[in-house]
Amino acid sequence: MRAFLVRRLFLLVPTVLGVTLATFLMLHLTPGDPVTIMLGEFASAADVARLRVELGLDRPLPVQYVKFLARALRGDLGTSIRSRRPVAEEIAERLPPTMQLALAAEVLAVGVGIPAGVAAATARIPAVDSTVVAVTLVGLSMPTFWSGLLLILLFSLTLGWLPITESQGLRALILPAVTLAAPAAAVLARVTRASVLEVLRQDYVRTARAKGVVERVVIYRHALRNALIPVLTVAALQFAGLVAGAVIVESVFARPGLGRLAVTAILSRDFPLAQGIVLVVATMYVFVNVGVDVVYGILDPRIRYR
Amino acid sequence: MATVSDVPVPSSRAVRPSARRPLLRKLWRRPPVIAAMVMLVIFIILALAAPLFAPHDPTALIPGAVMRPPSWQYLFGTDELGRDVLSRVIHGARISLQIGVFTISIALALGTLVGITAGFYGGLVDGMLMAVMEVLLAFPQILLAMAIVAMLGPSLTNAMIAVGLSAVPVYARTARGTTLSVRSMDFVEAARAVGAGDGRILLRHVLPNMISPVVVLATAGVGIAILIAAGLSYLGLGAQPPTPEWGAMLSESRAYLRNAWWMATFPGLAITVVVVSLNLCGDWLRDLLDPRLRK
Repeated sequence: MRAFLVRRLFLLVPTVLGVTLATFLMLHLTPGDPVTIMLGEFASAADVARLRVELGLDRPLPVQYVKFLARALRGDLGTSIRSRRPVAEEIAERLPPTMQLALAAEVLAVGVGIPAGVAAATARIPAVDSTVVAVTLVGLSMPTFWSGLLLILLFSLTLGWLPITESQGLRALILPAVTLAAPAAAVLARVTRASVLEVLRQDYVRTARAKGVVERVVIYRHALRNALIPVLTVAALQFAGLVAGAVIVESVFARPGLGRLAVTAILSRDFPLAQGIVLVVATMYVFVNVGVDVVYGILDPRIRYR
Repeated sequence: MATVSDVPVPSSRAVRPSARRPLLRKLWRRPPVIAAMVMLVIFIILALAAPLFAPHDPTALIPGAVMRPPSWQYLFGTDELGRDVLSRVIHGARISLQIGVFTISIALALGTLVGITAGFYGGLVDGMLMAVMEVLLAFPQILLAMAIVAMLGPSLTNAMIAVGLSAVPVYARTARGTTLSVRSMDFVEAARAVGAGDGRILLRHVLPNMISPVVVLATAGVGIAILIAAGLSYLGLGAQPPTPEWGAMLSESRAYLRNAWWMATFPGLAITVVVVSLNLCGDWLRDLLDPRLRK
């Protein structure tokens, strides 16, 4: 187990280095001069020169990368061009509401998606299965920036049940979380359905049935436990995707958060801020992936010895 | 090397269509797939001949017709500037079709090129190419697309490039995997034995046999590409006003949600119908080409 942990964590190093390198290169692979793009065409030569030095663009590329890396390790992501505030501070401010939204959506997706998938796979009435399959298809295909608007239209404007203007509190979280959770729940339901159907075909399920175990026990004790391992992996991997997906949902519901900060950064060509956000979200994504791998290894001994 | 083409190399072609005919017959037992195909054909016709079907100019302001609800005169209503929503949705089909074709062409071409090169040559080439792909796979696709837009600047063309490029790693990984399994087959060995060069082996023997999983991926990918590109436009990072792009239209509609539900309804409905149809066809194609799922 320890060898597995060490190996898995060791593999993390090149990936994280790669992510930092890719983020670092964002500025340098930009067509044209990034400094002119950031400051606009009418900036004075002195301003351009000053920003160039501030960003360290006058140094050789490898030196710049090492500095970028060293500063990032200390939690220094540079200074926003737009607000002149430290990027790390801006991100730290906007991260909590985004995490809140993503967590709420994850809970909803797991709570709705998995039972729906199990119901579809084990239902005796074919209509249950086909309904779940049809609903998940629509859930997967509906853009969140449309479903969000429709939810506002129905629950806030027509029925008046939920606020649209508030951005604080649990009530304000309901519609955004539902919107963000819908595609994730659809994916989970599909994965669960496929996984349960697969397990129900296994020999040990047939054995359990043959020795006369009640169907309910066969499903919950024998099938579900094994079927849920890949499902939980997908669910955990989705979390990082939900953080990224929050970009659009935050914009629909005018919620403060990392996503809206990213959009502002891109629209105002604020490279240090955009780079910082990309780096933070991508690093989180990498760590979640590895965390899932490790948990998977604990749950399923076969993985460890591969 | 003209004689090489005369040497019969067994089973080097992809599965012949005749072998799939029983599966095609099964299509008639899946009415939703037929409906999806009909929808996609309608979508493509509308997109190609948008000016013929649209009752109005999509960007023309109709005097005295601001925010009219749907009626016989304006089936989908009009927007805050007095533009016909139906005409804009029809022209939006054209833009979405462009997005779909353009992004998937980039992803498919570059992804296949990278994957087939890495898989066929192996060694250092493989290691380096796939290391870059692995790093890019560490980014969620929408984040990668946003990062590329951040570099190129917001516009519809840049959003399409971004969505296409952000999908490349997934295609490269699949293409590499299937290339690896094809590379070691007897007919590749046979082709090499009769003196075929790398280029010929890659184009005539490897490519036709590794491409179908990649194509299946692309079919499902068109829907995702349209969704992400529309999402970028919704955020203001893609198509700019007054372009009748569905995501951008939804973004504009948000401010008038209270008074003009139709502005927010029809563009979203259009995206959803197209993506549902694409996903249905993608699922069907996957079942068709994936032997494990055949019953």
